[in-house]
Amino acid sequence: MTELWNALPLVIQILLKITAILLPLLGLVAYYTYAERKVIGYIQIRIGPNRVGWRGLLQPIADAVKLMMKEIVIPTKADKTLFLLAPMIAIAPAMAAWAVFPFDEELVLADINAGLLYILALTSLGVYGVIIAGWASNSRYALLGAMRSAAQIVAYEIAMGFALVGVLVAAGSLNLGAIVAAQQGSLLTWFWLPLLPLFGVYLISGVAETNRAPFDVAEGESEIVAGFHVEYSGMGFAVFFLAEYANMILIAALTSLMFLGGWLSPLPQAWVGDLWLLGDGFHWLLLKTFFFMFVFLWLRATFPRYRYDQIMRLGWKVFIPITIVWILVVALAVVYRLPPWWSA
Amino acid sequence: MGFEKFLFYVFALITLWAAGMVITRRNPVHAVLFLVLAFVSSAALWVLIEAEFLGIVLVLVYVGAVMVLFLFVVMMLDVDLAALRAGFIRALPLGLLVAGVMAVEIFLIVGPANFGLEAFPPPDAAPADATNTRDLGILLYSIYIYPVEIAAVILLVAIVAAIRLTLRRRPDNKSVDPARQVRVKKGPDRIRLVKMAPEVEEPFGASPTTESGETS
Repeated sequence: MTELWNALPLVIQILLKITAILLPLLGLVAYYTYAERKVIGYIQIRIGPNRVGWRGLLQPIADAVKLMMKEIVIPTKADKTLFLLAPMIAIAPAMAAWAVFPFDEELVLADINAGLLYILALTSLGVYGVIIAGWASNSRYALLGAMRSAAQIVAYEIAMGFALVGVLVAAGSLNLGAIVAAQQGSLLTWFWLPLLPLFGVYLISGVAETNRAPFDVAEGESEIVAGFHVEYSGMGFAVFFLAEYANMILIAALTSLMFLGGWLSPLPQAWVGDLWLLGDGFHWLLLKTFFFMFVFLWLRATFPRYRYDQIMRLGWKVFIPITIVWILVVALAVVYRLPPWWSA
Repeated sequence: MGFEKFLFYVFALITLWAAGMVITRRNPVHAVLFLVLAFVSSAALWVLIEAEFLGIVLVLVYVGAVMVLFLFVVMMLDVDLAALRAGFIRALPLGLLVAGVMAVEIFLIVGPANFGLEAFPPPDAAPADATNTRDLGILLYSIYIYPVEIAAVILLVAIVAAIRLTLRRRPDNKSVDPARQVRVKKGPDRIRLVKMAPEVEEPFGASPTTESGETS
């Protein structure tokens, strides 16, 4: 089997690996939308979708078929090229970021040194999809959504970048695999504890960066209808939807990688050894990711939408100072080798 | 080497084409988007010469932040293209002159005499595990520490100046102070209880003959 694999040309090997990452990801995205409707339904004491398939399990398939069948309407006087390009620009970075994502100690498509930087650069590109969609639609509501989104994402990207600088100082590397390796130990040696403020800032900035409630002013259906994608129908809309959920999964996975030790087991190696599922493994990463994915839904069901000026205040006046102070704290802790995290 | 060279020409052509579109497009939003494309493809060129860190930072800073704000401003402004183009022919000779002087200057400094293969032979390819983030950091914070610090101070001055320019107190502007809002206590800050005599309202449809007590 390995011989057959090695006999394949490199391009084919890489393409197969990409398929192996993207297919489960898209499946997860589809069922994440179902989970969202179910979870929020139960939180609000409703049932949620329950008509298609057993307990509504085929609902995402039905939605996908519906969206594919729908006509794509292009508004008059819209910039047609950019209008059609925008959903692709939105989804491409959300998919491409997974290229450097390590699922396990060895299981990574491209093990590059500046992995963290690459992911930060790619997630910052997603905003172009939103802005271009808003502008190309030739609609006031869409343009307003795009403006809000641009200002918000630039504000929170700085806080997010600073939080990641803290992680990079703590781990001493930009490589995602090395960041996880630096958290080796147990639940208490993971970075969430020494970097607790940065952990909070990163998670909340992640919610803001993906334009999710309570930071969803770019959509703000009660104020500007559906914001930047108000003119999109059918697959155009579906692709924006896919991009948003793929980004949420990415943020959830990255948070568990950088602050909750990725695939590391919460129990010390000395206690469990390689005992079946208690040892390190991909399932821990999956579990942690699912937890944060649930947090995204939980937040949406719990909080009302932030007002625009409050969002700006939180980003610029609260998060950025917190991160700057904590980077200093982490740097001092690393220099003075604060145990147990940096005693080695 | 062959494939790398091919990639170089592809990205170089895209960069040049995008840069040309930036100055020829009529629509300013399209021009900005072509500028983004030019940045991205020059980042790819940097990655090709093994400057991965700089390439990714170019995308992160210029494409991810600076150009987003730029696009933001361009979309908000209603640029009057006719007015912009009015003096084109008149300013053309001066523009060509300035461009020519600049081209000669650039040629004198980075021309083949100074930057040719004789002056700088191509460096050996770095090993696959070389981290140019670390190398760059060590250089920046040892040999080039003064330039880095001076650049930082200049940027700080710019930030302070920009904030000072936009900061203005408007007494007629009703705004809330979140710090005060957060400090509000449950008791007297939120609710003020007032004592007053009870008022009895006339019930709807009551006939005027019924006794309604003393009305206020």
